[in-house]
Amino acid sequence: MYPARFRYEAPRTLEEALELLAGHGDGAKVLAGGQSLVPMMKLRFAAPELLVDINGIAGLDYHVAGPDGGLRIGPLCRHYQLERSELLARSHPTMAAAAPLIADPIVRNRGTLVGSLCHADPQGDWASVMLALDAEVVAASATGRRTIPMAEFVVGTFQNALLPSELAIEARVPAAAGSVSGSYLKLERRVGDFATVGVAVALETTDGKVTRAGIALTGVGPHNIKATAAEQALAGRALDAAAIERAAALAAEAAKPRTDHRGSAEYKRHVVHTFVTRALARAERKVAA
Amino acid sequence: MDLTTAPTRDERRITVTVNGEPHAAEVEPRLLLAHFLRAGLGLTGTHIGCDTTNCGACTVLLDGRAVKSCTMFAVQADGRRVTTVEGMAAASELHPLQEGFREEHGLQCGFCTPGMMLSAMALLAENPDPTEEDVRWALSGNLCRCTGYQNIVKSVLWAAEKMRRQNAMSAGGAQ
Repeated sequence: MYPARFRYEAPRTLEEALELLAGHGDGAKVLAGGQSLVPMMKLRFAAPELLVDINGIAGLDYHVAGPDGGLRIGPLCRHYQLERSELLARSHPTMAAAAPLIADPIVRNRGTLVGSLCHADPQGDWASVMLALDAEVVAASATGRRTIPMAEFVVGTFQNALLPSELAIEARVPAAAGSVSGSYLKLERRVGDFATVGVAVALETTDGKVTRAGIALTGVGPHNIKATAAEQALAGRALDAAAIERAAALAAEAAKPRTDHRGSAEYKRHVVHTFVTRALARAERKVAA
Repeated sequence: MDLTTAPTRDERRITVTVNGEPHAAEVEPRLLLAHFLRAGLGLTGTHIGCDTTNCGACTVLLDGRAVKSCTMFAVQADGRRVTTVEGMAAASELHPLQEGFREEHGLQCGFCTPGMMLSAMALLAENPDPTEEDVRWALSGNLCRCTGYQNIVKSVLWAAEKMRRQNAMSAGGAQ
């Protein structure tokens, strides 16, 4: 399969990339890891006139802790770097759990976290993780920068909030207070398949009480879903059986699954309940330990 | 198909080092790396299976890291090193992985084999003493439609052991 013809530019600086985007309306696409965009182009679901390859811009593959303890992830930080990251293993349990579950090892060598967020596939794993962590995306254009909360970044199926002239230059995870726990659970038929159901849970606790809860769902709606009611039900509470059951029920209610070849809507909703219960029970054991 | 002379509207001059040899070519930006290797350079050991980023048959090493060559453009390999199955060992020799696949019956139809071996090569460069689980994990992006996974895993473990022995011997000889 061949993609349609396109003009190819490989700028060496971010400024050049932004100039290229500024002049091309919605005919331009940014190429980072390409693990979703290139298949889309081969299938002719996407046919950009201009492809702006940012892989030649130095210094964009970082993921670093900021002075406040928050995490900043560059637009060329690839999944494999996050999978092997000691920083994530040490202090970002939800991200550390998700990284090895993204696609397959070969795709993880190329694909990027920021690119995955921009692709806005309702079955994308990172968007749920970022929703659970209340992350933000920094968008840059030739005329300025703005920060978009993750909850506003994905606006629909395969639709993000970027303007055609904007490039997502960073994902930012805010600093956590107290002790952090969390996980990402994914049901997939085989390695590399999209999630039948994915659940991201990120908790901050102080003295055994939840100070902040993040819960988000993959593959059970037209886009990733932040289970806000379930999050609120946990705030200020200890992770006892009643609180866990209440949060799991509210998360299952927030899901909008559809019956397809991966399972029935009812089954997927059931898996959301099970996964939220399981993830919170694990967190509870960690908090108690 | 001669990709080096085909007339196109927008061509880029690229230089890619494939299996140690630099190759310069004029390519259309939409030319996939897999097609550049197969049709442009005649290296048909790189197979195209699913063409949709699922199967891993087209796996090559880009600067030592396993990538799906059907899912990147040849222009993106400009200035970089690519290793294909043809470059694993000299023509008259077998790489320990190739030997391992022969010894442990790691191939049936053989279609997935080049991709399997290159994923395994990247694994062994990073981890010379993998467990069976490590091998299964590293190969989880490569599909075998003959479902010959048991023997593929054995083949990689066979090669890992042979390479460790060789390294120990050459280290011993150096002293």
